[in-house]
Amino acid sequence: MNSRSIGIAVASIILLALTRASTAGVLPEDRSDVLYHLYDGGGVTIDGPSLLVRKQVARNISLVGNYYVDMVTSASIDVVTTASPYTEERKQWSLGMDYLHRNTTLSVGYTSSVESDFDATTYSFSVSQDMFGDLTTLTLSYGLGDDVVGRSDDETFARDNTRQHYGIGLTQILTRNLITTLNVETITDEGFLNNPYRSVRYADPDSPVGYSFEPELYPNTRTSNAVGLRARYFLPYRAAVQTEYRYFTDTWDIQSHTAAISYIHPMDDWTFTVKYRWHDQTGAHFYQDLFSRTEATSFRGRDKELSPLTSQTLKLAASYELLSDGWRFVDRASVTFSIDILNVDYHDFRDLRSDALFGDEPFYALEADIVQLFFSIWY
Amino acid sequence: MKGRSITRILASLAMLGLLSACGSIEPWVKPYERDRLADPIMFLDGDPVSSAYLYHVYEAREGARGGEGSAGGGCGCN
Repeated sequence: MNSRSIGIAVASIILLALTRASTAGVLPEDRSDVLYHLYDGGGVTIDGPSLLVRKQVARNISLVGNYYVDMVTSASIDVVTTASPYTEERKQWSLGMDYLHRNTTLSVGYTSSVESDFDATTYSFSVSQDMFGDLTTLTLSYGLGDDVVGRSDDETFARDNTRQHYGIGLTQILTRNLITTLNVETITDEGFLNNPYRSVRYADPDSPVGYSFEPELYPNTRTSNAVGLRARYFLPYRAAVQTEYRYFTDTWDIQSHTAAISYIHPMDDWTFTVKYRWHDQTGAHFYQDLFSRTEATSFRGRDKELSPLTSQTLKLAASYELLSDGWRFVDRASVTFSIDILNVDYHDFRDLRSDALFGDEPFYALEADIVQLFFSIWY
Repeated sequence: MKGRSITRILASLAMLGLLSACGSIEPWVKPYERDRLADPIMFLDGDPVSSAYLYHVYEAREGARGGEGSAGGGCGCN
């Protein structure tokens, strides 16, 4: 899908919106969230706050802002085998605006993420159209990202990466108990795509351990396509079940299937959620755990996230509703605690901390706990 | 090249016409039948601040991206 086709499609939707007169759509609810997040696993600890504020400022305009911080302490398997443990901080600002005109919502967004060796700026635009008595919502979206990749040990090192997102979303009410959504997203990258610190391993007869390391070298383009489908069903005794599936493929030869099932059960002022998520992927064509020699292939990588892997996540969450009768300007509030227990089995990424002969080390496995505690108010 | 652009514009206008024509379709789930869908337990993305964070975690830990929702910028690689 090229930019001209996207332009024509967006123009069609805007024209469609302007030529139809029907009942009004709605803007997102006014709400604020204060969230603390913690990721702990594989020698990596990342925690920090996230603050989101959304407020309608005119009859048809809603503004949203988000401030997010990652504080990273890393002694991951990559770091302990090829580099030194480090600490890092990432701060991200996002601002957005939604404008509602009849059944059409136009949204624009800006996100800036800054860390010592990586800056990312993203601009986004989307248009949503409610149709067929608000049973159907069609959304077209476009995003443009500009990244600058640096190195903490070399102030002169700076490489660019440009990223473009094209998305189409369709949300459909099928019955009075069932809502579904389909998302198709294409993302293109062009520029410096590898991690400037990470190395690949190659067999080296001159090394006492049998192998040495050299820098990664990735292709400088990547295009990926993802199709996601979700369905949520209202059960007869006031509970909900959601199923999800996503198929992903890209020009680096990664293919993946992701599926999840959730059960949501309210009980008085409490809401409990249980979710199981499964993800399985093939590896990138230039990924190898052990290359046969130095500069063995044109492109080479040993990023475990690009290796064949299977991940499973079990989520448990509990939310408690407060102030259901309101208080001053607050309509209601809630506090939520959740834990996601993530297990990743790598099928071609070996644990070099083992004393086994090189090439026979056991495959690495990751276990991580992802904790969130957040307080939300609606006003 | 010019012919292809004209074809695309005609196809878009045809799609536009079809969608406009469908505007007269009677909604088969009436507004007064949507009480269950309005229940917060039926919201597909009830907590956007939480789901955005999890999308970011999965993008950092897996090779796939997109198709689930939006994620923040930044690397978070190691």
